[in-house]
Amino acid sequence: MSAAAIASRVARPVRTHLDWLESEAIHILREVAGQCQNPALLFSGGKDSSVLLRLAEKAFRPGRIPFPLLHIDTGHNFPEVLEFRDRRAEGLGARLVVRSVEESIRRGTVRLRSQSDSRNAAQSVTLLEAIAELSFDAAIGGARRDEEKARAKERVFSFRDEFGQWNPRDQRPELWSLYNARVRPGEHVRVFPISNWTELEVWQYIAREGIELPSLYFAHRRPVVRRHGLLVPVTPLTPPRAGEAVEELSVRFRTVGDISCTCPVESTAGDAEAVVAETVSVRLTERGATRMDDQTSEVSMERRKREGYF
Amino acid sequence: MSLAGDLERSVLAGAERGVLRFVAAGSVDDGKSTLIGRLLYDSRAILEDQLAALERASLRRGAAGIDLSLLTDGLEAEREQGITIDVAYRYFATPRRKFIIADTPGHEQYTRNMATGASTADALVLLVDARKGVVTQTRRHLVLAQMLGIRRAIAFVNKMDLVGYAQDAYERAVEEMRSFAAPLGFETLEAMPGSALRGDMVAARGGSLGWFTGPTLLERLETLESGAEEAAAGPMRFPVQLVSRPHGGAARGYMGRLESGFLLAGEEVAVYPGGRRTRIRGIRGVAGEREIAVAGDSVTVVLADDLDIGRGDLIADAGAPPREARSLDAMLVWFDAEPLRPGTRLLAQHASRRAPACVSEIVARLDVNTLQERSPDGPASANDILRVRLSLQAPLFVDSYRDVRATGAFILIDEATNRTVGAGMVS
Repeated sequence: MSAAAIASRVARPVRTHLDWLESEAIHILREVAGQCQNPALLFSGGKDSSVLLRLAEKAFRPGRIPFPLLHIDTGHNFPEVLEFRDRRAEGLGARLVVRSVEESIRRGTVRLRSQSDSRNAAQSVTLLEAIAELSFDAAIGGARRDEEKARAKERVFSFRDEFGQWNPRDQRPELWSLYNARVRPGEHVRVFPISNWTELEVWQYIAREGIELPSLYFAHRRPVVRRHGLLVPVTPLTPPRAGEAVEELSVRFRTVGDISCTCPVESTAGDAEAVVAETVSVRLTERGATRMDDQTSEVSMERRKREGYF
Repeated sequence: MSLAGDLERSVLAGAERGVLRFVAAGSVDDGKSTLIGRLLYDSRAILEDQLAALERASLRRGAAGIDLSLLTDGLEAEREQGITIDVAYRYFATPRRKFIIADTPGHEQYTRNMATGASTADALVLLVDARKGVVTQTRRHLVLAQMLGIRRAIAFVNKMDLVGYAQDAYERAVEEMRSFAAPLGFETLEAMPGSALRGDMVAARGGSLGWFTGPTLLERLETLESGAEEAAAGPMRFPVQLVSRPHGGAARGYMGRLESGFLLAGEEVAVYPGGRRTRIRGIRGVAGEREIAVAGDSVTVVLADDLDIGRGDLIADAGAPPREARSLDAMLVWFDAEPLRPGTRLLAQHASRRAPACVSEIVARLDVNTLQERSPDGPASANDILRVRLSLQAPLFVDSYRDVRATGAFILIDEATNRTVGAGMVS
């Protein structure tokens, strides 16, 4: 009997869109392990990188994840996210490497106008320094093509030259699932296994897999002020300005980045299922609702990406 | 907009048919960007802040209402902002399916972009202007899509509002399209009239095309057979990506993605190179042991015998083996600015295997407008489509691209620059 004939008798599992995305991401992660000498997985404790970590766990099971985790600490992170990051890495028995923007400032490679300036862009410098210091030839990140226009055109395996720069005009053609990760010393590739996922799918996957996240991602009460249509959290780094009224609202964060530029949205979603339901009916894109730095210009992301940003 | 409500319900209920990838193509000004904008808009993939940005941009350009074409950047807008003209991927979902659109610009680097977008697509959605009918670019898109292995094409005869929704205009365009495309051998070749601008026959039927009884574009896309469903019917092909050697007694496993056919526990298989026979002892899926894997599944395979297998090897159907090739006849799309000169040493990447290779002969150059093959005069340049003969330093285990996409495809890498310089399909 042919395999197909036998197969038709065996109950065939339905492949949902999440299964499809998961299988693709695992294939990509295994290609990194197969092609690259010294990859690192960028793990911040945020939701996208937590999904990435779960995928890596599944890709290499029953073995361990065959590369270290790398976090670029801006020095402006939410403490509970850092605590979560450390706990997750330890639970997996993974090696966690942390490099901080603070060190780059001390070295003089990062110069900020003020201490409270957003360090989101400065991360690029520290990241490239870490990649050079540790000779990584691949950095796996949780960026998605639906996040932003410039990303919609980026490859899954995205080449970076010896200066860490992305050249959107000269990307390697990427056909089928034949990924070309070859680089010369000093160059590297960024790899985005969840390129084809949307924010909704990330949340659906978190709900399906029961992936643990920092509690900031779920509804909690927090003092905020309203500024340019955003809810700005009141913290020592982001105090209220003169004339602004502080309110305490039920909010959650959709992205968790640098404190100085990450804003929550009003929400009552206490768990991942509730966030899925809210996301289905959400009316603002993730970055539009929560990132002060992306509002500056339509092309700001492309510019930052060229310079070595995630 | 009932679609959005349906989406909400179905996402929560989880009823669906996986993923469909399609490439959207058309000539300049045929309304491709508007169609994509319309699909995203009607399926509510566009959100408030994007809509606000769209309104501002539309206003700046003096449009009367919202110009949906601006949503996907439009060629002009891209030039203005200096954003690269390249394949862009867009996403939307309906209650039934997730869709991935490869949006391929029609101008510069046209062959490269179309080949890239088509390589992973299950279907072609081709825009045809009802007033102009089939033009040179329409023909090129059909030829390239077919060459890249797309078996299902849908022609959306657009701008019906500009021809008074006249049935004869539609039928003329369809007739032209069919007479050109029939010899190309698509498995299905369908057409539908519509207006992306007004939304007729995209997600909703609209009120002006009562004479057309077929499905809307979205309805058709929801039910079209996907590439994964097609690949499941092919011979079993499992390229090994990695070997897992877990500590403490667990059996050695071969990690990879099943690219074609089915894998069944107990089944006899052959391992290449060598063609050694063994049996599948077990299949580990991402959620545990399983009896069966289907094309598209990333799994770990455990074999009955202890063979020396590594990355780049191929586990295949023992009854329908791949071809061991030291030389290959193939169609090649050349990408690099550096011309292809026969005899240059390159690296062929095929499934999870790489082998030093060189193009020993350029047999012919294909004219995509006429489908004629001409004798090649001189070295090939960027965006040429060539029939070539390739010599390989080590064997590859291949299928004809027509039969199995994953094991019929390869890319060529320049070892000096590491650039991907060409993409090939085994004849």
